[in-house]
Amino acid sequence: MAYTLPELPYAYDALEPSIDARTMEIHHTKHHNAYITKANAALEGTDLASKPIEDVISDLSAVPADKRGAVRNNGGGHANHSLFWTVMGPGKGGAPSGELAAAIDAACGSFDKFKEEFSNAAATRFGSGWAWLYVADGKLKVGSTANQDNPLMGEAVAGIAGTPILGLDVWEHAYYLHYQNRRPDYVSAFFDVVDWDAVAERFAAAK
Amino acid sequence: MPAFQQPPLPYAMDALKGYISEEQMSYHYEKHHASYFTKLNKILEDDPLSEESLEDVVIASSGGTFNNAAQAWNHAFFWNCMTPSASQGPSGPLADLIDRDFRDFDSFKRQFSAAATTLFGAGWAWLAIDPTGKLSILPLGNADTPLKHNQTPLLTLDVWEHAYYVDYRNERPKFVDGFWDVTNWDFVAERLAGAVA
Repeated sequence: MAYTLPELPYAYDALEPSIDARTMEIHHTKHHNAYITKANAALEGTDLASKPIEDVISDLSAVPADKRGAVRNNGGGHANHSLFWTVMGPGKGGAPSGELAAAIDAACGSFDKFKEEFSNAAATRFGSGWAWLYVADGKLKVGSTANQDNPLMGEAVAGIAGTPILGLDVWEHAYYLHYQNRRPDYVSAFFDVVDWDAVAERFAAAK
Repeated sequence: MPAFQQPPLPYAMDALKGYISEEQMSYHYEKHHASYFTKLNKILEDDPLSEESLEDVVIASSGGTFNNAAQAWNHAFFWNCMTPSASQGPSGPLADLIDRDFRDFDSFKRQFSAAATTLFGAGWAWLAIDPTGKLSILPLGNADTPLKHNQTPLLTLDVWEHAYYVDYRNERPKFVDGFWDVTNWDFVAERLAGAVA
């Protein structure tokens, strides 16, 4: 069965002022949708098309060689954006609690240090890509990947390996209409809409 | 005085309007391009590399130095590849080489447009000439440039999203199509003459 565009769990204007409604709408209906269309085209006729996209990108070697690049880029784009929408929410922000907070402290020293490390990963990713908080061997790590690579793709492809629980899109299309060249302002506003309950659920499932 | 200075835009900020708006051009030239120079000058403060030409720094450097040096160079080159008073297409030896290596001008445009449109993520589409005199189209990611591949750049189009997002949003193919209306073929011909001289 072909992949379909997941509905946003909130309205396009729900994340204002961190992310403006126009950006959200174009990002969801144009960019994310285009990745889905292209991923479907690449996987058509293979027996991989019935698997969750996360499973497919976790084993790109199972994808026919002539489709691998397209699945890496567009399957990655579908998986990454699907995660992104669900780790944000209106009226969120604040700080994590419980086991997730303890794991972040253990990995980074403190929540403030984590924010610094994550912001730095997002700011220094040259070109297009994503900043991640991810689980590797039961521990939390902060990193970034290029383009639509995802830690699920493994170190040989993505440079880092693990299960992402928080992702921030730093392609220019994610922020240009509102922030233009000011990526650091976008990164800092992102923390006002992070849904730490959703991140904690992903952490519980991944560790 | 900083070692590397951003060259002036070779036309007014609104000169390409219809293709690139004044708002789009201002961000691109005054923010993005300018900041590559600022960062490069900061990185190379007290570094002997700052005595070299920008092109030599691009060829000699890697990592953050390369990213900023190459983006400083690429953008300056890109501005020269466009003009508000464009001619219809190449002529003379440039037209002959394009016909030889791409069959004809339409076929070249199609191949260059396809390369620019399908380059995934941020980057540049280039027309370059190698040391044997052969032309090729190179889609290169992020700051990468033919200078790093022993080739001489003749023409480029910036397909970082910041180059077109204000005017075209997600519609990169429209931005690529419009490029042919402003291509500065005289500049490309001069570059070719310099490369084969």
